[in-house]
Amino acid sequence: MGFAFTLFNSWQAETVKGDIPMTKQKVLLVGHGMVGQRFLEALADRGGLDHYDVTILCAESRPAYDRVGLTRYFTERDADALSLVPEGFMAQPGLTLKLSTRVREIDRDARVVITEAGERLDYDKLVLATGSYPFVPPIDGNDRPNCFVYRTLDDLDEIIAASDQARVGTVVGGGLLGLEAAKALHDLGLETHVVEFAPRLMAVQVDDLGGGLLKDKIETLGVTVHTSTGTRAIVDGEQHRHRMDFGEERHLETDIIVFSAGIRPEDSLARACGLELGERGGVVIDDYCLTSDPDIFAIGEVALWQGRIFGLVAPGYQMAETAAARLCADSEPSFQGADMSTKLKLMGVDVASVGDAHGQTPGARSAVFFDQSTGVYKKVVVSECGKKLLGAVLVGDANDYGSLLQLCLNQIDLPGEAAALIAPAAGDAPMLGADALPDSAQICSCNNVSKGALCAAIDEGATTVGDLKACTKASATCGGCTALVKQVLDSELTKRGVAVNNHVCEHFPYSRQEIYHLVRVGEIKTFDELLDKHGSGDGCDICKPLAASVLASCWNDYVLSKPHAGLQDTNDYFLGNMQRDGTYSIVPRVPGGEITPDKLIVLGEVAKQYDLYTKITGGQRVDLFGARVEQLPEIWKILVDAGFETGHAYGKSLRTVKSCVGSTWCRYGVKDSVGTAIQVEERYKGLRSPHKIKMAVSGCTRECAEAQSKDVGVIATDKGWNLYVCGNGGMRPRHADLIASDLSDEQLIRTIDRFLMFYIRTADRLQRTSVWLENLDGGLDYLKQVILDDSLGIGDELESQMQRVIETYQCEWKTTVEDPEAVKRFKHFVNDDIADDNLHYVRERGQRRPAYEHERIELVQQEG
Amino acid sequence: MNSSVTLEWKTICKVDEILPGTGVGVRLPQGQAALFRTREGQFHALDNMDPFSRANVISRGLLGSLGDTRVVASPLYKQHFCLETGKCLEDETVSLAVYPVRLRGELVEVAVG
Repeated sequence: MGFAFTLFNSWQAETVKGDIPMTKQKVLLVGHGMVGQRFLEALADRGGLDHYDVTILCAESRPAYDRVGLTRYFTERDADALSLVPEGFMAQPGLTLKLSTRVREIDRDARVVITEAGERLDYDKLVLATGSYPFVPPIDGNDRPNCFVYRTLDDLDEIIAASDQARVGTVVGGGLLGLEAAKALHDLGLETHVVEFAPRLMAVQVDDLGGGLLKDKIETLGVTVHTSTGTRAIVDGEQHRHRMDFGEERHLETDIIVFSAGIRPEDSLARACGLELGERGGVVIDDYCLTSDPDIFAIGEVALWQGRIFGLVAPGYQMAETAAARLCADSEPSFQGADMSTKLKLMGVDVASVGDAHGQTPGARSAVFFDQSTGVYKKVVVSECGKKLLGAVLVGDANDYGSLLQLCLNQIDLPGEAAALIAPAAGDAPMLGADALPDSAQICSCNNVSKGALCAAIDEGATTVGDLKACTKASATCGGCTALVKQVLDSELTKRGVAVNNHVCEHFPYSRQEIYHLVRVGEIKTFDELLDKHGSGDGCDICKPLAASVLASCWNDYVLSKPHAGLQDTNDYFLGNMQRDGTYSIVPRVPGGEITPDKLIVLGEVAKQYDLYTKITGGQRVDLFGARVEQLPEIWKILVDAGFETGHAYGKSLRTVKSCVGSTWCRYGVKDSVGTAIQVEERYKGLRSPHKIKMAVSGCTRECAEAQSKDVGVIATDKGWNLYVCGNGGMRPRHADLIASDLSDEQLIRTIDRFLMFYIRTADRLQRTSVWLENLDGGLDYLKQVILDDSLGIGDELESQMQRVIETYQCEWKTTVEDPEAVKRFKHFVNDDIADDNLHYVRERGQRRPAYEHERIELVQQEG
Repeated sequence: MNSSVTLEWKTICKVDEILPGTGVGVRLPQGQAALFRTREGQFHALDNMDPFSRANVISRGLLGSLGDTRVVASPLYKQHFCLETGKCLEDETVSLAVYPVRLRGELVEVAVG
């Protein structure tokens, strides 16, 4: 029905040519690369396979694969992982794929294509998607053995094979693809050089300063870059296979050469059959991707639109959509050129270029931020009036790419001074919210997905980034727009009144905070009771440990008592962190990092007796790895007898209180930081919380304990203690906020009591204090009011609840080793006392570690 | 003789050696298995080796349900496996072998051949 309607429309609109045929016609697609595949998908999506039989002629031995992700092949060596053809796609009626089939000739008069094997295939419509070929500069010796190009998986296989016998590899060309190739050679373990004729790397996308910074960064990774260098000839080398002669007695010896000096449209077939070409090649197309022959389309890198070749995949995809739409007589969309902005990670360095990166627009002005020490270069180009963004270059930090691209593409008035767009986040940088974007804003440039298309998908029920990716392809190619897609999703869901769901999982329609209240108010003591009263189903690996943590925070029962046993993640169940081979680590508590020599000797003796891999942790204690499950109780018995307690390294609870040595020894220390750290650690040890908690105490303002990167940080002053909260190190560092100054010992403890209990009551599952604070309505001021001014009137309650948890503390390992029943569960087999008989180790740097997969295979063979 | 109907059974342990809602490792002639007792008292046995880590840890996974499927979650990388079929929910190309289990009085038995 929808189809007939379209037909009627197109018949009425006489400007649209190429009505849909009533009987099935033959389409030949020459070339099955990324753009060719996209054309097939677009045609299928539009119902075109009902009207056309498509035969695909693919010169390569593999169907379409992700050429943008080609470098991945060097590390993964998995051609299938790069495939772009969904399983079962080619089995659709109407599609015939012929691999390893090259076309020799197109006979336009007879409307026949002749393959190199001599097969004749007639067509009604022909689509040329032959792409491009790598340009090899005309240098004497460029055809010597071990000179390669970088375009297909077969090229890569040849490079990999040659690298076995090679030590030095050189890439000719310092553009985008050349640097990708250099990364590949580097990953193959070769000493790598890049030779670039232009005075800078990525000459098209970045400017001199940016290119210089990029060169510095790439050279620190061990790749040598030779700019302003042209190769005159390649001859026999003395140390290596080749010598590249640069003139003026400069030369470079190398074993492998990879040419990546640009691409040329693969237009030889079109040339031979007389289609109109551009002066420097490329098949001329109109806005509908039609060539000078109305039955032949050209799409992708072979096509020349208004004198331009588009060497990126996104414009190719737009052409594919246009050609498919045309065949299906859909009037939209026509090809209107494409934005050539790019963002990519080259050898770990973020590089992005937006719009008029070189400031060639008349009257354009630019602002630059350049920090050589951190290796960040940013430039924005704005219009003469200063109101519109024309272009940008980013090297070293491309986080702003998404918002700059949107400002540029949608010609949005700048939210402030141009320089503020790229200034380091010293204050409130003007941010572009997803709300400010018009529906036409292109969010995903690889797949041309607009904000409007995302909104439509959200209207049809998409509620996650995964849904949007599946139904619109947004963020499915390079992934650079994922954060922006998420922003649009969240803001649109909120607009539609969908609370952005913080339910813990499918079994409980509540947040962690709500579950906490249900447990406390209802005096719920077991998971079964909680599930019966407030949940559904059987529970899962998300809600069970969460319930265990909440029950422990509220009632502090022994976590291994029978009703709780099935709730604990294995780390909590066996009171150790499971390692990658299924054994556990042992971390005794060392309060404040202070330990007597005698206790240190016990740790050493235990480690030696059980051959445990030993490492000092960042939290000032000792981690012993490789204890099998049945060894855990005997090892802990020795440790408990020697006066150690569990360090709770396995739990979502207090980890360590790090300290500097303070006034105990230090000539600068103003207070006893070690003593306070021990007091704090003893007080809060075992406290179950939404996530792990780390603390530190510094004895003076020099801050050697790094307290300002902790959830709770204490720094001595000559008047008392300064208390910092909600800091974080690790993956997402956050500087802690000062919440109170010059506290007495007693005030300090009371404030921490309240802070921790308030966090435990209100935070979401796995939410560190830093993120919790950022999401707390009212932020730091509100937190101060609750904790210091007791604005909610819950201060006493928080303190007494903490007191109860502290009074009921027990060392789980002490309780366990003293209870013969509890020890019973520490067995690998229920029906045999032997240990896991499938563990394999190697020794490295004098210690034991689990074998990696390849070592394991060898070990098993030796043992077998 | 039709081998498909004649299973050989091995006695593993008493029912109450497995707490409801937990699992234990089991040594079988052909290798290691994980034996689970659900909260409702159902028993299931699967391979003990986690195909993603190659560690013998499935018995230490948490039990639960996703939709209508009863599952165990690998304790290392948290993939879910169906207790009935052994199929991995996150990756349909991966599955664990399933062993028949039966109760005889207070004893749990697993089929070994």
